[in-house]
Amino acid sequence: MADDDMAGRVEALESILVEKGYVDPAALDKIIATYEQDVGPRNGARVVARSWTDAAFRERLLADATAAITELGYGGRQGEHMVALENTPDEHHVVVCTLCSCYPWPVLGLPPTWYKSPAYRSRVVLDPRSVLADFGVTLPPVTRIAVHDSTAEVRYLVVPMRPPGTDDLDEDALAALVTRDAMIGTALL
Amino acid sequence: MNGAADLGGMMGFGPVVPEPEGEYFHADWERRALALTLAAGAAGRWNIDVSRHARESLHPADYLTSSYYAIWVKGLERLLVAAGLVGADELAQRRVLRPGEPVRVWSADDAAAAMAAGGPSDRAADTEARFAVGDPVRTRVLHPTGHTRLPRYARGKAGVVERVHGAHVLPDARAHGAGEQPQWLYTVRFAGRELWGATAAPDLSVTIEAWESYMDPA
Repeated sequence: MADDDMAGRVEALESILVEKGYVDPAALDKIIATYEQDVGPRNGARVVARSWTDAAFRERLLADATAAITELGYGGRQGEHMVALENTPDEHHVVVCTLCSCYPWPVLGLPPTWYKSPAYRSRVVLDPRSVLADFGVTLPPVTRIAVHDSTAEVRYLVVPMRPPGTDDLDEDALAALVTRDAMIGTALL
Repeated sequence: MNGAADLGGMMGFGPVVPEPEGEYFHADWERRALALTLAAGAAGRWNIDVSRHARESLHPADYLTSSYYAIWVKGLERLLVAAGLVGADELAQRRVLRPGEPVRVWSADDAAAAMAAGGPSDRAADTEARFAVGDPVRTRVLHPTGHTRLPRYARGKAGVVERVHGAHVLPDARAHGAGEQPQWLYTVRFAGRELWGATAAPDLSVTIEAWESYMDPA
């Protein structure tokens, strides 16, 4: 396989870059901690729950998602130009980057492996229902499907439909129901 | 370029394999690969378009058999060699043969600030937008040997402008040292059958972001 000895190769690369003075190991550790611990899909779940419970916020999110998401304290690299896509009974949104791995880091964190895989990137623009089937998801026949290929620096957040029977839940409880895959469009709630 | 990274519509890769939320890495070297790629960018010797082009320029057989972080590592090695920061001999021998040169280096705080700040790609527009929401357009048939963000499956296709994003840096130019050359950027929606023919689901649509020079009025 082409990945033979990547561990040794990356260890050597880091050692060279540190010895040459190009990177500070403390910065590497900080980057990893940021995206492994601090920035992840719980941020997006908070945005979705707020849009379900606050009609004015929902309006702002749909009009200018970058600004609305900043209100909740999220933003930065790979989230500079956000668009929110609201699922409805009529239309279901799915997000992909067929050319690389573009993904809204500030609200969803780092992308899962499948999002970057040739299997997903190749097929979801051609036959998204078969991809949803790989996730165990079947859309109603009346629901149209819109796939969004992130070919520029615009990044998409899917706002799933609020599950029925959740009228009594507060924002925290609602956020706990929102999954990463639902905010990409490969899961329903 | 028509490289292996342009995957839309290819077949034969098998099922998509879901994975649990919070599972970001499958080996420790993947953590280091992510961090090295981001931190090495602080030197300012390349930009995101140059780095994407480095990855898509891998031999197609190499690209398609490498995991995603392996693609990043191979891309980073190419960027470092092309920038003259690391020698190919140093990578091959896995040791430093010459001292480094002075470059900007992130501290931990610098890295955190850079992640939080991001780097917007929108720029002031010095032209009027050629297209408006609802306009019918047709993408051009372009096969540049350099970097482009117009996927093969969406070339020469009729669609409708859905959003106007303002002027954004043109990757086709910035990937090759030709400056930013900002152009108006649009979201364009295509019917699935326009892209894939009669076997596509009738209720499928696909959007891409397209720069102005990717399209003509339809």
